[in-house]
Amino acid sequence: MSAEPDHRARRPKLAVWKFASCDGCQLTLLDCEDELLGIAENMEISYFLEASSAPGPGPYDLSLVEGSVTTQHDAERIQHIRNVSSRLVTIGACATAGGVQALRNYADVAEFLAVVYARPDYIETLATSTPISAHVPVDFELRGCPIDRGQLIEVIVAFLAGRTPNVPAHSVCFECKRRGNVCVTVAHGTPCLGPVTHSGCGALCPTYGRGCYGCFGPSNSTNFGAFIPLLRRDGMNTLDVVRVLRTFNTAAPEFDAASRKELRQ
Amino acid sequence: MTDHTSKVLRVGALARVEGEGALYLCLQDGEVAEARLAIYEPPRFFEAFLRGRSYREPPDITARVCGICPVAYQMSACRAIEDACGVVVGGQLAALRRLLYCGEWIESQTLHIYLLHAPDFLGADSATDLARTHHADVERGLRLKQAGNAIVELLGGRAIHPINARLGGFHRLPTPSELRPLAEQLRRARDDAAATARWVADFDFPDAGCDHDLLALAEPGTYAIESGTPTVMISPSGAGLPADTNRALPTRTFDVCEFDDHVVETQVPHSTALHSRLDGHRHLTGTLARYAISGRWLSPIALEAAQDAGLGNPREGAVCRNPFRSIVVRAIEVLYAVDEALRIIDAYEPTPRACVDVPPRAGTGYGATEAPRGMLYHRYSMRDDGTITDASIVPPTAQNQGAIEHDLLRLVQERLGSGQPTDAELAFLCEKAIRNHDPCISCSAHFLNLTVLREGRSASIRDGGRDSQR
Repeated sequence: MSAEPDHRARRPKLAVWKFASCDGCQLTLLDCEDELLGIAENMEISYFLEASSAPGPGPYDLSLVEGSVTTQHDAERIQHIRNVSSRLVTIGACATAGGVQALRNYADVAEFLAVVYARPDYIETLATSTPISAHVPVDFELRGCPIDRGQLIEVIVAFLAGRTPNVPAHSVCFECKRRGNVCVTVAHGTPCLGPVTHSGCGALCPTYGRGCYGCFGPSNSTNFGAFIPLLRRDGMNTLDVVRVLRTFNTAAPEFDAASRKELRQ
Repeated sequence: MTDHTSKVLRVGALARVEGEGALYLCLQDGEVAEARLAIYEPPRFFEAFLRGRSYREPPDITARVCGICPVAYQMSACRAIEDACGVVVGGQLAALRRLLYCGEWIESQTLHIYLLHAPDFLGADSATDLARTHHADVERGLRLKQAGNAIVELLGGRAIHPINARLGGFHRLPTPSELRPLAEQLRRARDDAAATARWVADFDFPDAGCDHDLLALAEPGTYAIESGTPTVMISPSGAGLPADTNRALPTRTFDVCEFDDHVVETQVPHSTALHSRLDGHRHLTGTLARYAISGRWLSPIALEAAQDAGLGNPREGAVCRNPFRSIVVRAIEVLYAVDEALRIIDAYEPTPRACVDVPPRAGTGYGATEAPRGMLYHRYSMRDDGTITDASIVPPTAQNQGAIEHDLLRLVQERLGSGQPTDAELAFLCEKAIRNHDPCISCSAHFLNLTVLREGRSASIRDGGRDSQR
């Protein structure tokens, strides 16, 4: 019993931070029902306001950052968080690729404000929603809208073991083949973003009979020149193609470039 | 100097809530001049960027408003768009939607009970802290929450932002053999939910009441979740009664398409969330409102548990207006949802098609469902090709903000009347009062900042790593 406090004192400190987001990625940590108490044994959950009203002071060994930067205050706050964090890992599409709120990057934000608020002058916001890596160096980016629970545990376990997380960067098609799914595009002509989308979800949408909508963002090798004609063959027009690329990972460079090119043609 | 003319208390980062908020208290001559719940979650502009999207997209896109209650967004979006298209989804598909929603109720309400709210009553800072003294209880909570997630994962594909819900129904239906192991898990969850109700019923609750109109959906014959008619129960003061009156008061209803005429949103300078008033009055939606309006339709097992937990008999008009006891009512709702999920699974018969057709047409559609935190209203207008031209989303927390501020004002005033509380005591009292209502601040547009002005200077409590200047 006497040895336990010393062991606890040496546990690495975990912090969870939030920027503009839906809270779903940090909730993924609370959704690790079988592992949560085990994680708390091995790490001191030091700063996690969604789960604890006793935030501990930094510096922190591992910071998980959810959400995108959409205000000047947040652009300053992320600098502070980087300064007090040994390792900084972004969790989710907002922190990694600006999130669905990056749709403002293509629009007039003053007009967006006027649609939602009668008094836009009360609201502080930047004209853009940007990923964390646009502001500070990031040690690892975990994709997904939302992130996958198994991949989050892999990131935490890898951190505790001092190794790189084993999170493959190939496309959803690999996961579909591994699950033995029939290809929804080949068999049914359903438009599917699987060929250009980062793996991680376990090919969920095709498993449920629908086309992938790209919520994990671009895979490490994408060939839009070959891919977009396939979408057109299956009935999508230019605006459909632009819309499907401009959803939850709209500010990911590959999706952004492909959608801009599509609009130019 | 004990007599102070004016002070402002500011809580720097509200914990154990979902979303970002700050609390500002202004005290003058021993009276609370103002209590403001400021939501500073940065705006994300969903209503703006939904314009120009396809009518098929809001169920997937609006799920991203909130990771805690994505199913609520999906179901309200589906109802509103199907309403615009003149489609009503019935039969087994409607039953499966209710099953999916029961899953979200179980996991979300259990998250609030065990991870966010129970630590307040047991002197802990977090569930992991609570696990040191109440390990078996926390394990039970996690197991129960897991059962809710299991429903959403099976029917929806994953617990957060499910992918299987669509206009007209689902992409793929579960098979009876897939539902069988789920039913086994839910039978154990029913015992855990009953044990939860007994556990929280023994907590120590302060005497309190709330003098707000209550708004919830009503669907006679069933506890309204995914459909029903907006129903208002008048406030005690509206009936000339004290705020802690625990019996049902008269109700009125309105059609969901008249929601905008009754619930009017206004903007306040201190918040990115819009405030709303119901027919000019402050109102509360969520667990206490639902229980007051639908309590008589609880299943026998939940009705018995409610009476054993000291809530009285809702069939004889018992309601609960003590916000601190919302944790008990929430536990009853979890038990009901588990029981209801089992009933739906037992009655499930696969249908030939996973969805009905929803052809687009020009028009406007309205939809409201009961998110775990309260009524969630969506309205969409679209062209005949299904392109959305206008979208409106009224989440529960924005509706509840005025009622929460009123509760804060009353509680702080009462506390000031019984001595000289420190800033830390006031901050903790306010945080507890806010957590009673399980506000989901992400929905509104996470943390609370509390500021108190004392003798002309302001004190800021718990800012963590964030800058206190907003």
